[in-house]
Amino acid sequence: MNALLPLIPFLPLLGFVVNGLFGKKLPKSLVGIIGSGTLLGAFILSVLCFQQLGANSEPIQSDLYRFLSVGGLDINFGLMADRLSVWMMLIVTGVGFLIHVYSIGYMHDDEGFYKFFAYLNLFIFSMLLLVMGTNFLMLFFGWEGVGLCSYLLIGFWYENREYGAAARKAFIMNRIGDLGLLLGMFLIFYTFGSLDYATVFAKLEGADPAVVTTICLLLFVGAMGKSAQIPLYTWLPDAMAGPTPVSALIHAATMVTAGIYLVARCNGMFEMAPYAQAVVAVVGLATSIFTALIGLRQNDIKKVLAYSTVSQLGLMFLSLGMGAYVSAMFHVTTHAFFKALLFLAAGSVIHGMGGEQDIRNMGGLRKHMPITFWVFLIGTFAISGFPLLSGFFSKDEIFAATFAHGGAIWWGLAAASGLLTAVYMSRLLYVTFFGAFRGTAEQKHHLHESPLVMTVPLMVLAVLSVVGGLLNTPHFLHLGNDQWLAHWFSGNGVNGAPIIPLAEMHLDVSTEWMLMGIASALAVVVLVVSYFLYSKPQNLPVSDSEQQGLSKVFANKFYVDELYNFLFVRPTEYLSKIFHYYVDIWGIDGIVERTGAGVQALGGYFRRLQNGNIEYYLIGMVAGAVLLFLSMFL
Amino acid sequence: MLEIIRQVPVEYYVLYSAILFTIGVMGVLIRRNAIVVLMCIELMLNAVNLLLAAFSTYLSDSKGQLMVFFIMVVAAAEAAVGLGILIMIYRNTKSTDISLLDKLRN
Repeated sequence: MNALLPLIPFLPLLGFVVNGLFGKKLPKSLVGIIGSGTLLGAFILSVLCFQQLGANSEPIQSDLYRFLSVGGLDINFGLMADRLSVWMMLIVTGVGFLIHVYSIGYMHDDEGFYKFFAYLNLFIFSMLLLVMGTNFLMLFFGWEGVGLCSYLLIGFWYENREYGAAARKAFIMNRIGDLGLLLGMFLIFYTFGSLDYATVFAKLEGADPAVVTTICLLLFVGAMGKSAQIPLYTWLPDAMAGPTPVSALIHAATMVTAGIYLVARCNGMFEMAPYAQAVVAVVGLATSIFTALIGLRQNDIKKVLAYSTVSQLGLMFLSLGMGAYVSAMFHVTTHAFFKALLFLAAGSVIHGMGGEQDIRNMGGLRKHMPITFWVFLIGTFAISGFPLLSGFFSKDEIFAATFAHGGAIWWGLAAASGLLTAVYMSRLLYVTFFGAFRGTAEQKHHLHESPLVMTVPLMVLAVLSVVGGLLNTPHFLHLGNDQWLAHWFSGNGVNGAPIIPLAEMHLDVSTEWMLMGIASALAVVVLVVSYFLYSKPQNLPVSDSEQQGLSKVFANKFYVDELYNFLFVRPTEYLSKIFHYYVDIWGIDGIVERTGAGVQALGGYFRRLQNGNIEYYLIGMVAGAVLLFLSMFL
Repeated sequence: MLEIIRQVPVEYYVLYSAILFTIGVMGVLIRRNAIVVLMCIELMLNAVNLLLAAFSTYLSDSKGQLMVFFIMVVAAAEAAVGLGILIMIYRNTKSTDISLLDKLRN
């Protein structure tokens, strides 16, 4: 298996090279087959890794070559698959494969079909490097690579200026976070003398807690950028400018969970830094509630899902901050299933509606798009925490961990965020698929269910969203596989210690039952009440100008974009104008231009000597000779 | 022969050469006819030759006369090239007036 390991990331890279270089001349069907086929190969290899790791938890490693050797810094281009990496690899390649297949249908009429698949494959390659690297530098490679692909794919329809601006916004926001990650890496190297996970984690015992706290906070800044947490979350909703499969793959299922992966990978460090953990928890919870409130009043089907993603990521960080790393990874997994499902189903709706994204112009799609409706329903129920669906289990674990570590108030706030999830998701579901059709007659005529190539991945994801929760059932339910994922992650890492040690939760069984009961009861009540609420026409979302009071604030995203605009964008623009006019035009250009003008003026004087009269030259020559001659005597 | 030459004081040779050279310089500066200009250049060269020959004799050093032959060879070559250029100028301008040669101006 060690020899085959490099194939996992390099198969998608091959797909990228082939599609990127020759895709324009290849038929679309072949481009699609290459794009998804390489990914299927990577997925199968990942499954083989998974099997081997299931039998023996020792990580599979493969150092390709010495990448960098400067002074005390030795960095190998090393790939590995330990139990945490392989889990991410399965999500990335598995969900990624389904989304590739879906894209064949979704992007079929697009000019840049081959380019789209090339970018997607490059993204998968980068993401695999990120999760498979044996050191922080490899992670950083992947980290930057996915950022680049995210930029390319958000701005995929680059003729639209707004989309290009959204792409730049995402890139710049991510760069701010990347700076934190980079500084964290510098500090890690300065403190531990290495960037290898194995060395760093082994030396963690004797490290100064204050330094470790600083490292954790810096790494978390990186995670904030990539995983869209306050204050760097505003790029993710704008990232919905990209094609919908991109939103599903990159901005919901995989890339945005890189921050979670980073923190989970470094759980040993965060365990040493309670202060950093508290910061992670506070930021996560705040993001979760804040963006859920915004999500309540959005009317773009993809924007609602985007804010929902940020909110769910916030819950994952809350879980990380509470020390429940397995719960966070569990939620990453289930979230990848149902959020990819929801996005792809939304894509199917947009496809059927001919590009319409505003839910106020939809309604009643249940009859026209039955498959999409049913999978969307499953996704909504799963994310809302409907009993026994996947989101129910993963969220319940997060809530229980929050209660155990943080107490009732933390639990209450987290549960409120979960409640809001149910509210905005049910609103989205009922407004879109129930009631009467509100679009134009042309749209109604055009309305159709998507082709099989799109609906089959939806059905697969729907099944996963239903059963995904069984991966890590709580012990008190006695379903026979209790805490399977927690045991899986307690396998050995590269430094010989458990990747995520098994944590004991000190809660009574009755308390756990109660917490679970309250949360799921709330979710069910919301799902039912919303149905009756939004099936009445007078409760439908109103147009932007009619928004009032608090809901206007929600609809305008708490004016955070305007605030950032005022605080950062405008001062930067003002500063750059000053630099433009005074430093660049007046200063630098002035030096160059005035030097040129000076030389020109001097030439103007000297050119008078060259009047073309030969006698004049001769007189000059003789006079010069006489002067030289005289100077010898003087 | 040597005595005859030495009967004339060397100052006379110097003075005579200087006069010849000055006539040559003035000719180059004042005259516009290219042929005259070339002749005046020859005059200057020969003034120098005369001076070289005179000093060579007075100092009994043959190096000076050797130099004279060099100068005569160069002068001959120069006259050949100069006249060649002159013919080309005449063909183009139908004149040997050098003040007409101001095509490079502006």
